[in-house]
Amino acid sequence: MTEHVLTYMTFFPLAGMIAVLLLPSSKPNLIRWTSVVFTIPPLLLGIWLYRAFDPNNPGLQFTEQVPWIPTYNIQYFIGVDGISISMVLLTALLSFICIFASWGIEKGVKGYFALFLLLDTGMMGVFVALDFFLFYIFWELMLLPMYFLIGIWGGPRREYAAIKFFLYTLFGSVLMLLAILALYFTSDPHTFDMTVLIKQGASYSTTPLGIWPFDSLHLRWGFQHIVWLALFVGFAIKIPAFPFHTWLPDAHVEAPTAISVILAGILLKMGTYGILRINYPMLPQATADLAYVFLGALGTWNIIYGALCAMAQKDFKKLVAYSSVSHMGYVMLGMASFTPQGINGALLQMFNHGTITGMLFLMVGVIYDRAHHRDIEGFGGLAAVMPVYTGISALAIFASMGLPGLSGFISEVLVLLGTWQKYPVLTVFAATGVILTAGYLLWTVQRVYLGMTNEKYKLMPEINTRELFTMIPLGIIVIIVGVYPTVVLDLLRASLTQLNQVIIPHLG
Amino acid sequence: MAADYVALLPAAQMLVAAIVVLVLDLFTPADEKGVLVWTSLAGLALSAWVALRFRGAEGAFGNTLLLDGFAVFFILVFAVVAALTILMSVQYVRESGIREGEFYVLILLSAVGMIIMASANDLILFFIGLETMSIAVYVLAGMWRSRAESAESAMKYFLIGAFATGFFLYGIALIYGATGSTHLDRIAEALGGPQAALLLTAGVFLVLVGLAFKVAAAPFHFWVPDVYDGAPTPVTAFMAVAVKAAAFAGWARIFLHQWEPLRDEWTPAVKALAILTMTLGNVLAVTQSSVKRMLAYSSIAHAGYLMIALVAGGEVGAQALLFYVVSYAAMTLGAFAVVAALKADDREGAAYADFAGLGYRKPFLAMAMSLFMLSLAGFPPLAGFTGKFYLFRAAVAAGHTDLAVIGVLNSLVSVFYYLRVILMMYMQEGGVEAKSFRGAPYLYAAVGFTAVATVYLGILPTGALYASLGAIASLR
Repeated sequence: MTEHVLTYMTFFPLAGMIAVLLLPSSKPNLIRWTSVVFTIPPLLLGIWLYRAFDPNNPGLQFTEQVPWIPTYNIQYFIGVDGISISMVLLTALLSFICIFASWGIEKGVKGYFALFLLLDTGMMGVFVALDFFLFYIFWELMLLPMYFLIGIWGGPRREYAAIKFFLYTLFGSVLMLLAILALYFTSDPHTFDMTVLIKQGASYSTTPLGIWPFDSLHLRWGFQHIVWLALFVGFAIKIPAFPFHTWLPDAHVEAPTAISVILAGILLKMGTYGILRINYPMLPQATADLAYVFLGALGTWNIIYGALCAMAQKDFKKLVAYSSVSHMGYVMLGMASFTPQGINGALLQMFNHGTITGMLFLMVGVIYDRAHHRDIEGFGGLAAVMPVYTGISALAIFASMGLPGLSGFISEVLVLLGTWQKYPVLTVFAATGVILTAGYLLWTVQRVYLGMTNEKYKLMPEINTRELFTMIPLGIIVIIVGVYPTVVLDLLRASLTQLNQVIIPHLG
Repeated sequence: MAADYVALLPAAQMLVAAIVVLVLDLFTPADEKGVLVWTSLAGLALSAWVALRFRGAEGAFGNTLLLDGFAVFFILVFAVVAALTILMSVQYVRESGIREGEFYVLILLSAVGMIIMASANDLILFFIGLETMSIAVYVLAGMWRSRAESAESAMKYFLIGAFATGFFLYGIALIYGATGSTHLDRIAEALGGPQAALLLTAGVFLVLVGLAFKVAAAPFHFWVPDVYDGAPTPVTAFMAVAVKAAAFAGWARIFLHQWEPLRDEWTPAVKALAILTMTLGNVLAVTQSSVKRMLAYSSIAHAGYLMIALVAGGEVGAQALLFYVVSYAAMTLGAFAVVAALKADDREGAAYADFAGLGYRKPFLAMAMSLFMLSLAGFPPLAGFTGKFYLFRAAVAAGHTDLAVIGVLNSLVSVFYYLRVILMMYMQEGGVEAKSFRGAPYLYAAVGFTAVATVYLGILPTGALYASLGAIASLR
């Protein structure tokens, strides 16, 4: 049991998909409850995993290694360490919650839940895979259901949004595939095993290529830098880092609520996770050379640009989408600092952003289901009509703003503290992002929840039990992590310290 | 001496099966033609069994016809492809007023030609196989006589085929002039010694062009869209898969194996062809409004991918080639089978618009079609991805990283038009009614089989990999 726990967590949803496909489509409630039943075991196993995980061990735990395609040295190799455990837990939790958030789906219920469960397997697989080939397969596997979920169950411009999302991500994937092949062929004997590739990592050539266009730009780039960049672009599209972010607002606005939650809560994290898992240990010299520009400066730009865009939005959901761009910037910036606070803060921010943005999207979903529009200016004074809803929304919004005592504060402060030691100028700019964030969020609170009650929505029904049930667990986590962040930080520390040690010798 | 003819058995067996079906056709009443289907399938199965049973037998006619592991591998591919083609055509030919018996006989006869192509170790014998196959397929393309496009298709295919034949024969003549033989072993021996280099090179290139016509490599592809579009859909599937596989079998045996010493001469040409073929096929496929025509261009693009393996060469390249042939066969046959399922009485339901809403009317067909499209686009964990992965891997291993990069970019372009089919099926409304399971059980069987194969080859490719490795090893 214990040695297969990750396999169970990954493939339970897949079994659920098969079960859902076998059910008659005339019984939507049966399908919904079956989906619930198949997402509970991963959640319970996740809780067990949290307790059984040894936080002092920086290495991989609960590994499983079986040959899969021996001809090409491809294995089924999975495991967790401090980098992935928080993401695995987040995936298990959000998948469970989003099943309930999807309760209102009426069209093609069977297809929706089947695809959702497939997506769940893909996401979990990405976070536990330790074989490059396997990683890539899960990475693509998750792309497909997402395409359908946006394209079939989305809003009016769903087809455009879905294909845009798909093509962008696929472009990143093929670059990643080429990078994977490059790493595979430089390893000896050829392998896709990430742990082996990491051991060989430092030895990848950094000799300047001296070929066009790198020579004319005076870039002292070697093989390692090229591979780093190919992987980075693949991951940056997912984060999404400027200028690859344009798919995100479209996808979010068109996607159904639960899918937005998954998209923002988990899929975006895969970008930064991939960089930490692959770029950092495998290509340490290139990481040391390129992190300042591609992670630090770009991350800061993401923070400010995202916040400014969010401020300009009229659509509530688009605003939350751009706030994601902004918040993911902190993750990039923190990662680039190579200080313990910065890198721990980055990973904590990934976890926190997953829970907070999840709440924000659920919050938008609640009023969208009632009013059928998301125009920020179209509401007003909801606090008087829906006090409970307003209360829990305020929690989410303040957490997103980084109010002390809530989880967002801890991770942002850690990131800024860590970065200050390395890049004071960037930190100053990033800190202005905090002000901009407070600006657009408070302005939104004022327009939607405060002020005169809009006559049209005087009788809007209060948030119901199901909706509360989806938001409360996230709210509790936000408060707990805000007050006592050690519950998450303890999991990460050992692995991240080790990771940092790999890079530091390469810093110039 | 008797053992001398064993290698001929699979082809001979297939010929007998064709004759049996032909004769049986005369004695079966119109409403009992189902027996012909089963007889044909039994004939194909028997050929496959014979090939497996006598694998490694001594070559016939002074080693001009071999039954080595390589030939057996392709015989199995041809038998399965022919069987699936027959399964998907049953309903189709009945509705179009095509003479059923003759149709199956021609499929079997062209399979005879293909078997000879895969087994031939002599250029003349290879040519005989090529012609046997081609003539049968010319007729098949024109069999829907009441449809003008079908006649046009047959005529074009015939003329272009004759043209290509000219190249091929002339090439053989020049090579004969240079080396004094048409036997591949003799030619290979002569390659080591003194030779008329110019004559030989010219001959090799003419043979190359002849084969390029058959696999529809750009710039020798211009006949493909009209021919594929006009022919009855199952025949199109057969042309796109079996004919191409047979030509690649010849290509692999002649160029990769026997003419390995000439690598440096023909590799740049094949590389240029591969790049042109992939790119042209994919770019032109984007602009099509008919799924059948799109698949025609996609088959051109896939010929380009397959040529990457030829360029890569060596054991790794050949293995990737064989594996990709199998994957390509599964997904392409499946896709054409779904197109065939959309046929109405008097017209082909092959436009993109006809696929609209299929996901809600025929969930099984739409799901299978999605699998085929995604696999063709190279999406993991399906056969197309695994196959492409091995191809690109072979290219990189052989130092042709540029080919791998171009190939990857091309598959990115291809996603756009493959995905459009899925988009139509699930995100649009309207479209035409497809055949139901009751109406076309054979066709559904073909779709089901290819769908399972597409997934299986993607997730558990090891079996097929070992099989192709064995086939390659037997060439040495």
